[in-house]
Amino acid sequence: MSVMSFLGAIGAAQKEAMDADDRVIIIGEDVEANVYGTTGGGKTRQETGDFVQMYGRNRIRNTPISEEGIVGAAAGAAMTGLRPIVDLSYSSFLYMAMDQLVNQVAKNRYMFGGQASMPAVFRSAMFYGLNTGAHHSDRPYPMFMNVPGLKIMVPSTPSDAKGLLRTAIDMDDPVLTFEACILWGLKEEVNDDEFWLPFGVARTHREGTDVTIVAISSSVQEALAAAAELEAEGVSVEVIDPRTLVPLDKQAILNSVAKTGRLVVVEPAHRTCGAAGEISAIVAEEVFDSLKAPIVRLTAPDMQIPFSPALEKQMYPSKDGIVDAVRRVTGQARLVAVGE
Amino acid sequence: MVTLTDEFMLEMQRRMLRIRAFDERASKMVKRGHIPGTVHTSIGQEAQVVGATMALGDNDYMSGNHRSHGHPIGKGSPLGPLMAELQGKGTGVCKGKGGSLHLADFNVGSLGESGIVGSSIPIAMGAALSSQVLGRDTVALAFFGDGAANQGVLYESMNMSGTWKLPVIFLCENNQYALSTPAHTVTSGVIADRAAGFGIPGVRVEDGQDVLAVYAAVSEAVARARRGEGPTLIEVVTYRYNEHSEGLRLGTDYRPSDEREAWLKKDPIVLFREHLIANGHTAEAMDALEAEVLAEVDAAVEFSENSPWPDASVGFDDLYTDSEYAA
Repeated sequence: MSVMSFLGAIGAAQKEAMDADDRVIIIGEDVEANVYGTTGGGKTRQETGDFVQMYGRNRIRNTPISEEGIVGAAAGAAMTGLRPIVDLSYSSFLYMAMDQLVNQVAKNRYMFGGQASMPAVFRSAMFYGLNTGAHHSDRPYPMFMNVPGLKIMVPSTPSDAKGLLRTAIDMDDPVLTFEACILWGLKEEVNDDEFWLPFGVARTHREGTDVTIVAISSSVQEALAAAAELEAEGVSVEVIDPRTLVPLDKQAILNSVAKTGRLVVVEPAHRTCGAAGEISAIVAEEVFDSLKAPIVRLTAPDMQIPFSPALEKQMYPSKDGIVDAVRRVTGQARLVAVGE
Repeated sequence: MVTLTDEFMLEMQRRMLRIRAFDERASKMVKRGHIPGTVHTSIGQEAQVVGATMALGDNDYMSGNHRSHGHPIGKGSPLGPLMAELQGKGTGVCKGKGGSLHLADFNVGSLGESGIVGSSIPIAMGAALSSQVLGRDTVALAFFGDGAANQGVLYESMNMSGTWKLPVIFLCENNQYALSTPAHTVTSGVIADRAAGFGIPGVRVEDGQDVLAVYAAVSEAVARARRGEGPTLIEVVTYRYNEHSEGLRLGTDYRPSDEREAWLKKDPIVLFREHLIANGHTAEAMDALEAEVLAEVDAAVEFSENSPWPDASVGFDDLYTDSEYAA
C-alpha cells in the first residue's frame, strides 16, 4: 500500500497495463509531455522519466488536435489488435468526436454481428467547479448512457480509479471514464499490486438504516460529509456509489431502498435525463411500495456553467444541500420548521 | 506497367462480373420487396472497386461506405452470406444486424461499410496504426466517395497518418455525384491535389473504368505503404449507372442524359472483356465465365431464400463481449 492521489492512481493503472500488455498504447493530445500527470513515472520520474521515455513513441502517441481522427483511429486499432487508451483531456472535447464514439465505437460490434471487439478506453476529465467556464466544465456522462454499446465508469476515490481503470483497459468492450478534476488531489492508501475492480458492482461507503443516498463522482465526498453531520443528529444514512453507470448495479440500490424506504440521488450533471433521473425511475418502478417519502434528486440545474466563482459554486449539489434533502425525506425539515 | 498473369486477370473479370450480377439481382429484389430497405449499387464502378481490392493482400484491411457490396465481393467474400445479410437472414455475414449498409466480413479483412459518409475513413487509419505498432506488414485502405472528400475527418486522417507514415491508402471513388449534387459544384479544386497539403502523394486515375489502371495506381500505393513510406491519396474518376439508391425517383434530372450515355459506352466489364479477348481469350470462354458468375449469384440467392430469419432473441446478443443485454 502507498498513498496515492486520484490522478496518481490513474497513472499507476496505466503504467501497470502498459507493462502487462504490449498491445496497450496511449494516444492523445499532450500525452508525451505528461501535461496532466497520468503518463509519467510518478515517484520514480527522476530515474525512469515519463511514459515516452519508458515505452517509446511507438506506444505513446502524441496527437494533433483532431479528436474525431483520434477516436476513429483508436476504434480501428482496437478492431485490429491494439488496446488503446485514449486521453481526450477535457470531457467537453468528446463532442468533437461524437460521430466516431456513437456511430463507430458503440455500434460496430453489434452492427457487424459480433465480428468486432472494441477494447478501447476513452478517458476524459470533468473540470467542473474550477472556474473554467462553460466550454470546459461539462459533466456529459448521462448523454453517453443513452448510447448502447458503451460502458461508463465514474470513479470517486483513488482506489476505485485504479482498480476500475485496470479492468476497463483489460476489457474487450469500449469504456468511457469520466474523471472529476476536483478529485484529482484526493489521497488515500492504495494497493500497489495489480488489482481489478468489477464493473456493475456498487460500493457502499457507509451503511445506514434511515435514508439511502446514491451519489455519483465528486458528489460521493459531499454525501459522506453530509452523512457524518447527520449521524450527529441521529439520522442513519447509507451512501452508495454506483462507480459504473453502464452497467449499473441496480440490485444494490434497490436492496438499500427496500431497507431504508428513502432515496436521495446526487450528481453533478444536468437534471434532465440525468443518471439521477434514471436511478429514480428504476427505484420508483421496482420498489415503489418500500418508499416512505418521495424520491429527491439533487443535480445541477439545466443551466450553462458560469465563469465567476460567485456564480458557479451554487450550480452543483453540496453537503449542505444534501443534509437539507435528507431532512426533507425523513420529515425532520418540517418538524424543525414547526418547532420554530 | 505491371505484368499480370492470365489467371489473375480472369479473376479480376470474375470479381467485376460478380459485383455486376450481384447488384443487378439485388436491385430487382429491392423493387420486388424481397430485400427490405434499399441498396446502393456499384454498377458502373466495378473496375474502380476490383482494381483496388485486388491490389490488396489477403491479410490487408479495408473500410467502406454505403455503396457497399462491391468492396467485400472484390476482396473475395463469399456471396451467399452477403445476400443473406441484404435480406436480413440469420445466416447473413452480420447475422442480419447490419444489412446492406453495414456489411463486414472480417475473414477477408473487411472491417465494415459505413452508413455515415466519411465515418469509416479513420477506421482504416486505425488498422494501419495497429500494423505499425505491432510490426506487421499489413496495409489498410479506406474507400470513400467524392461526397466524403468534403468531410473534415478525411483531413484529420490524412494529417495524422502522414505524420506517422502509416500504411494506409485513402481511395476516393469519385463517381461525380453526392446523391444529386454534382461534385464540381461543392468541391473546390481537385480532390487528388489536396494530398499535397499534407506532404503525401496524390494520384488521380482519370480512367477509372480501366481496371488495370486502377490496379497499377493502388499497387504502387500499397507497395509504398508496405515499405513504411506512408499514406497515399488516390482519386479514381468513375460513374454510377444506377440511381443513388435503388427505388429512388428524383423529381429532377440532375444528370444530363448524354453524360450517362457516354459513360455507358465505357462499361468497365465490356472494356476488360475486349482486352482479354484481344489477349488470346475466346469469346466463348468469356461467355462461360459470365454464365458461371450468374450461377454463383443464383446459388447465393437460393442460399439466402432458404435461410431462416434470425431468432428474435438474437436481437439482444453482441452488444457487449462479456454480458448479454439485460432489460
